[in-house]
Amino acid sequence: MERVHVPPFESFYAEHRDQVYRLLTRRLGRQRAEDAFQETFLRALRAYPRLQHTENLRAWVLTIASNVAIDTSRRPYDGAEVPDLESVDQPPAYAELKDMTDGLPPKERRAVVLRYGYDLSYEQIGAAIGASAEAARQAASSGVRRLRKELS
Amino acid sequence: MTVSPELDGRFREAAVSAGLVDVAYDLADTPVGELLVATTDRGLCRIYFDPAGGEERLASLYGRRVLRVPQRLDPVKRQLDEYFEGTRTDFDLETDLRYVPEFHRLVLAELALVPFGQLTTYGALAAKVGHPRAARAVGGAMNKNPVPIVLPCHRVVGSNGSLTGYGGGLHRKRSLLELEGALGELSL
Repeated sequence: MERVHVPPFESFYAEHRDQVYRLLTRRLGRQRAEDAFQETFLRALRAYPRLQHTENLRAWVLTIASNVAIDTSRRPYDGAEVPDLESVDQPPAYAELKDMTDGLPPKERRAVVLRYGYDLSYEQIGAAIGASAEAARQAASSGVRRLRKELS
Repeated sequence: MTVSPELDGRFREAAVSAGLVDVAYDLADTPVGELLVATTDRGLCRIYFDPAGGEERLASLYGRRVLRVPQRLDPVKRQLDEYFEGTRTDFDLETDLRYVPEFHRLVLAELALVPFGQLTTYGALAAKVGHPRAARAVGGAMNKNPVPIVLPCHRVVGSNGSLTGYGGGLHRKRSLLELEGALGELSL
């Protein structure tokens, strides 16, 4: 496989910290956002040595943040766990997938959107949804099967 | 809305405490310019006279989890401050010399014994490590010294008393020797 150049963590962190903080503040309020911020980047640090991709690092870290927000608020999944990225430019595939995948179970939905909407690797998706790369692959493929069934 | 310096600082320190940082660095203001100082969990691993692009260089050597953690470098910066203020003649720091080849390591160990304010020559260091004809190889070891100032390669000069060379530039070598009161010993 071609060796990818992943930026030093400092550059990655400096580039995304404010956006992560804004997302968490919006979701959790300023108080709880602070702990969630730290937790988000600690999770990213844990996964960082295994990253195989450098595309969409922003989507990757915002997904981690979104998961941390969910863990923090401990509310039941409501299908809103795909990060709200309306303010940023996204591949058109994403918007379309968002509607198409509305009916999927949350984990499959996130895996499908991250795989096909953001083109993230299963390693990255796994880290983002707190599962192994293999589990991420399975979630995405079972999501796709389910979609196929629904669409046929 | 941006991350406050307090929150930012807390994250950086938490990252180190959790053992998730391959190499921590900071910038140090000194009379010989801004230095980039970096440490792994084994000890001080790099001092760069030219901080530009330092993160990339550190990542390629020690791992991509490079993070600026000023507090982690406090002991290094404090000792450098004391050295430049003239109140410290010896550094007391663990070093990480993992990329230094065997022969260079022997030379650096010998170099570490050259006291503040004194000079030696490439040839004399070569003789100390049992290879009196290896002055040029000693020069190579000095040139690749990962932690200049702390390992005092500035105290090594040519046998004719010329400054010869320095990784940080001859003007810095001259400043360091001046600070140590050793310039007078030079013939030039």
